[in-house]
Amino acid sequence: PVLYNFHRGSSWRVRIALALKKIDYEYKAVNIDKGEQFTKEYEKINPNNEIPTLQIDGFSLMQTMPIIEYLDETRPYEPKLLPTDSYKRYKARSIAEIINSGMHPYQKTIKRLVNETQEEKYKKIELLTRKAFRTIESILSETSGQYCVGDCITIADIYLVPAVHSARFQKIDLNEYPNISRIIDHLNQLPEVIKTHPKNQIDYHQA
Amino acid sequence: MSLNKPILWNFYRGASWRVRIALAFKKIDYEYKSVNIDKGEQFTKEYENINPNNEIPTLQIDGFNLTQTMPIIEYLDETRPSEPKLIPVDSYLRCKARSIAEIVNSGMQPYQKVIKRLGKELGEEEKNARLELSTKKAFKAIESILAETSGKYCIGDSITIADIFLVPAVHAARLQKINLNHYPTISRITDRLDQLPEVIQTHPKKQVDFQQS
Repeated sequence: PVLYNFHRGSSWRVRIALALKKIDYEYKAVNIDKGEQFTKEYEKINPNNEIPTLQIDGFSLMQTMPIIEYLDETRPYEPKLLPTDSYKRYKARSIAEIINSGMHPYQKTIKRLVNETQEEKYKKIELLTRKAFRTIESILSETSGQYCVGDCITIADIYLVPAVHSARFQKIDLNEYPNISRIIDHLNQLPEVIKTHPKNQIDYHQA
Repeated sequence: MSLNKPILWNFYRGASWRVRIALAFKKIDYEYKSVNIDKGEQFTKEYENINPNNEIPTLQIDGFNLTQTMPIIEYLDETRPSEPKLIPVDSYLRCKARSIAEIVNSGMQPYQKVIKRLGKELGEEEKNARLELSTKKAFKAIESILAETSGKYCIGDSITIADIFLVPAVHAARLQKINLNHYPTISRITDRLDQLPEVIQTHPKKQVDFQQS
């Protein structure tokens, strides 16, 4: 398998999933700071000009949620990234989606907008993080054990790691979200999270 | 009112339409509760008890409060596995159906919501230009996937979650007066989808809270 990705951003989610499923892959860096996602060469691989793209089983897969669901379905051994119970599956997916379609794309859009000051932008970004974390914390009070949904790692945990990492420069005290805090401390110890961390990737450089 | 009848808290406009379509395909009868987001009704204490994220839609079903349109539709398909199967059986096709939906769900729609909210600051012309660019980007990608996967519908000849997400996205594009001739597969599939009773009956203009913008 080949993973076209970047050290930063949502690609980390797929790297964690691949690590948990013990799938070895070739890391191909697409430098989005240099606009490499817009080259003709990359467009052939992903017509949406986005990363990550995972080439696996003869297919080219895009969009982090569907990629992770595909990996879990085709490699159904532990850890099961989606729980078995329908309601728990729903809960794991909704935690992931709060980040996937609720928080992250809004923050990306705001960062790109040129008409606002950095301060105005970061205020909005911080508000979005708080909203997402508040909602997730509330769900976790119902669903969490050692991890977001019970005592096994799932897609919810996979999405939580990069989301919390991206909030590290915001003026957010994670202690306000005790479940998130507790679970993240645990997740950050896992080898699959450590080795896939942006700073441990071959294309890592300080922003 | 039946105690067991599902309740959909939603609005005629927007992402709620996706869930209405899914409920219609699964022949699930429900009570329609209108949350007027133009009047900020999603922020009332009453609604916040139902959805602490102050968003719509929320589907109350099987004793649960479900939010987020993708997980809701996946839940419906798993718990009501009758035809049509909104998620295909084959793993690769499942991935493709979900990717089409996610291009809209996490790519196009959130971006456009931000742009619309900044409308006044950007100016009408800039706002519309960005909305158009974002729709074209999404539709270019979807058209490319459809070249490989489509039959009568997005994935072969059966309705899936991809079609459910496509309908409101194309509807929004038409309101933006975007020329869809560049996307022949999307156009063909949407023309067929628009004839389906499940799409017609759930259309914004047929909902009890519809009002002209």
